[in-house]
Amino acid sequence: MSLKQNLHNLKEKYRGTKMEQSFNALHTFLYMPNITTHSGSHVRDAADLKRVMNTVIMAMVPVLLFGMFNAGYQMNGQINGFEAVDFFTLDNFLVGLKKILPLLVVSYGVGLGIEFIFATVKKHEVEEGYLVTGMLVPLIVPIDLPLWMLAVAVAFGVIIGKELFGGTGMNVLNPALTIRAFLFFNWAAWMSGDKVWVHGAVDGLKASNGVDAISGETILGALAQNKPLPEHWDAMNSFFGFIPGSVGETSTFLIVLAGLFLILTGIGSARIMISAVIGAAVMGLIFNGLVDSGAIVEGSKFYGLMHLPFWQHLLIGGLAFGIVFMATDPVSASQTNTGKIIYGFLIGLFSILIRVFNPAYPEGVMMAILLMNVFAPTIDHYVVQANVKRRMKRLKLKTA
Amino acid sequence: MADTKTKEKEPLFSKKNLGLVKDPLADNNPITVQVLGICSALAITAELKASVIMALSVIFVTAMGNVVISLMRNIIPNSIRIITQLVVAATLVILVDLTLKAFVPDLAKKLSVFIGLIITNCIIMGRFEAFALGNTPWKSFLDGIGNGLGYGVILVIVGFFRELLGSGDLFGLGKTYLGHPLLGNPIKGELSGLYALGYENNGFMLLAPMALITLGLIIGFQRSRNKSLIEETH
Repeated sequence: MSLKQNLHNLKEKYRGTKMEQSFNALHTFLYMPNITTHSGSHVRDAADLKRVMNTVIMAMVPVLLFGMFNAGYQMNGQINGFEAVDFFTLDNFLVGLKKILPLLVVSYGVGLGIEFIFATVKKHEVEEGYLVTGMLVPLIVPIDLPLWMLAVAVAFGVIIGKELFGGTGMNVLNPALTIRAFLFFNWAAWMSGDKVWVHGAVDGLKASNGVDAISGETILGALAQNKPLPEHWDAMNSFFGFIPGSVGETSTFLIVLAGLFLILTGIGSARIMISAVIGAAVMGLIFNGLVDSGAIVEGSKFYGLMHLPFWQHLLIGGLAFGIVFMATDPVSASQTNTGKIIYGFLIGLFSILIRVFNPAYPEGVMMAILLMNVFAPTIDHYVVQANVKRRMKRLKLKTA
Repeated sequence: MADTKTKEKEPLFSKKNLGLVKDPLADNNPITVQVLGICSALAITAELKASVIMALSVIFVTAMGNVVISLMRNIIPNSIRIITQLVVAATLVILVDLTLKAFVPDLAKKLSVFIGLIITNCIIMGRFEAFALGNTPWKSFLDGIGNGLGYGVILVIVGFFRELLGSGDLFGLGKTYLGHPLLGNPIKGELSGLYALGYENNGFMLLAPMALITLGLIIGFQRSRNKSLIEETH
């Protein structure tokens, strides 16, 4: 008997009991149900919620693997010197695997556990919504984050951020970002500053190449304090992702590929992604213009970040990751086409604005997306109203 | 006003009178059921001590204010009753403010503008308007105590969780209920209790958003226990 048949039998056995939803979820997690509807009209497309979620997860796998290599590379690079260390080595990968796998397990374990409990108590099917959130969460936290903090934050994000609003599809805010925002405000020392972004920096591991200790700083952190950037943080490395940062957000290259994949499969909204990039570039250009016109001179608090060429702003920090994977979240984003463009543009704009003006939030994309999540329904409302108005006008012209 | 003359004298602590104190504590709580006075509940509950002082101040103002308004209820012209209520509330609030400044200046500084803002607390004007204007002084006094207590209980509950989880402390005594945290470097150093296991204070609890969420959870909990409190959705 196949695994599928076994799961089906289990499901039949527990039908009508409390555990029905849980077994149903296990059965339909990767398989089609054994029973299908035979008559009536149906949408002939396999792209159900599960397929959509799994596609997004597939897009994230390369980013996750890259994050594991990068975790080891950043540590070993600081210990032995970046010239002496290769990127794609088993050593690097194992360092990352050891730290990131537990994050992944805790994220899925706690999140799905709560989803199953809610489904059992509320007697509804287990929704697939958490599959993506659970994958996103380990990618957007610092690598050395204590696991219990992650567990508390995931519980908060799933219960308060999602289930209280009615579960998958009803949440106002992106759950992954709710979890990250909770971590950020609750344990700021673990989520910002120059101690946490490279594995080993918090433990005080000593680097042997004449450096006292491993530094856990990021490009954004350094720029916000007007520090000169080391040579290995050039534009090329930040594009391909050989820089410190949250686990999965460093490689803009892989994220762009994932974005293309999501657009081609019709799952991510190209409107949101492109308009967000344009929004970020526009804000970057404005700041570059301020520096060029002499309004902001060297020595000013904002010089470091404003001076950075606008296209380089697009390569660093979590901007690309947020735009591709989180701004496009179909639940919390705008629904109308025009609305999506406005929504994306403002996310880009606010990301850079917050990044430059608020040193307490070195990366603004989290705040920008959460803020626009809240405004998305308002944007939609006005887009729809504008459409109604336009058509009313047309009607009047015709009848008059 | 009508019932004062016609009805026979009822005992001081009759069931009805006790209900005036009890009801606001549970099923008619000013914060969790009527959702009044939320602003101060969010603003000053980061510390339990501040919550208690605030609660006592509000109990004093509602109780005394209710008595004063009730005594004057037959001579207040209807057209200027709101301003009269405001004057009474303001007088009492100034009394509280000056008392606190004289005896606990540190706390008064922490509570800063929020003592003054008791005057705008909807609970107070609400009780003056809805109860004291139409009831005898003794009943009004009990009603004021009840509503003040109802407000205070919620404040203390929220303050308890916020201070314990946010600072690991209660009443700002520096006692270490959850173990001993080491300030500064959270990673190294001598820690005890929960902190030795890697626990750290939840900074978010000290911010107003978490107060709102804590309050929301209390409201949700109460409504799940007593379904009749749930409003109809449209």
